[in-house]
Amino acid sequence: MSELITVGISDLNVAKDPDTLVTYALGSCVGICLYDPVAKVAGLSHIMLPSSVQSSCASQKMKFADTAPAILVIKMIAKGAAKPRLSAKIAGGAQMFASAAGSVVGNIGQRNIDAVKATLKALNIPIVAEDVGSNYGRTLYFDATTGTMRIKSGAHGETCF
Amino acid sequence: MPIKDYSDLNDMQMDVLREIGNVGSGNAATALSTMLDKAVNITVPKIKILTFGEVATALGGPENIVVGLLLQLSDDVGGIMMFLLEKDFASSTISTLTGMEMEDFANLDEMGVSVMSEIGNIMAASYVNAISTMTGLTINISVPEIAVDMVGALLSVPAIYFANVSDKIIFIENAFNCDGESLSSHILMIPDVESLQKILTMLGLDL
Repeated sequence: MSELITVGISDLNVAKDPDTLVTYALGSCVGICLYDPVAKVAGLSHIMLPSSVQSSCASQKMKFADTAPAILVIKMIAKGAAKPRLSAKIAGGAQMFASAAGSVVGNIGQRNIDAVKATLKALNIPIVAEDVGSNYGRTLYFDATTGTMRIKSGAHGETCF
Repeated sequence: MPIKDYSDLNDMQMDVLREIGNVGSGNAATALSTMLDKAVNITVPKIKILTFGEVATALGGPENIVVGLLLQLSDDVGGIMMFLLEKDFASSTISTLTGMEMEDFANLDEMGVSVMSEIGNIMAASYVNAISTMTGLTINISVPEIAVDMVGALLSVPAIYFANVSDKIIFIENAFNCDGESLSSHILMIPDVESLQKILTMLGLDL
């Protein structure tokens, strides 16, 4: 019997075949899916902010795009994944409200996307699929059996990556 | 003792915030009721201090599709005010005010957007006016921004706004509905920590 494992905001988790990871209603946050197709180990991280530098709560490493992916990789290795086999799929980073220029929360989605891409590049993990940006929320399912990322949204139904 | 974190608030301070929510939302409900010429029921406000993980599930499940209006507060009080309107409420409001029936919220037309923005504007202005009168603080509100989407995704916006400084978020939350509607819409008043301190100081509750 396969299980559905929920990943909350600024949280991460690892699943093995036949389980599925899910994170609900990504807005400007980004969901990072990592997968090892041989060990069938899947990891999902839900980050909120691009950078832990200058944050007064930098200790919460799972909240930030620059610190969360490395933790996820370590957790996946502990479950039998091998770092060189990992590839990434990412989703989210929407701009939920059409904010006026200079808005404090405007553009945070794009900054999250850029930061996630930079971090994955530094970790040498290729991004093989992405469903990012635009202006709508997404629920993300990540299947540890196949490595398929399924995105559900109110506006666009379901798409698999 | 200055408040550094929302969880530092004591019972008396929570009561004061609840009263602010009461007066503010009472004003907002009156404005709405006058505009719609309908009775508007509003609940006693709840003060919720939630972690980000709890935020998404706080209001009817993360994937519930609602009409969200977001306004930024500035001047003496900084923060965010949000209205999360159930689709029933939004469509009956649009039809009351314009005579048009709303069917598709995914493509809210210009008229629908401007009606919703105006509702947000009037309710928010009534709400903050009440706080201004009580405290003597000047509060400006921005033009409302609107989005129709999953409540969890909409709430990620205020969550991110506060994420750099805190791992928790405070809501002064009211539920309201018009007669005959089964689901409630929500008003969220989310002051930043510094502004919360100012409000309490102006009301003589400085510690």
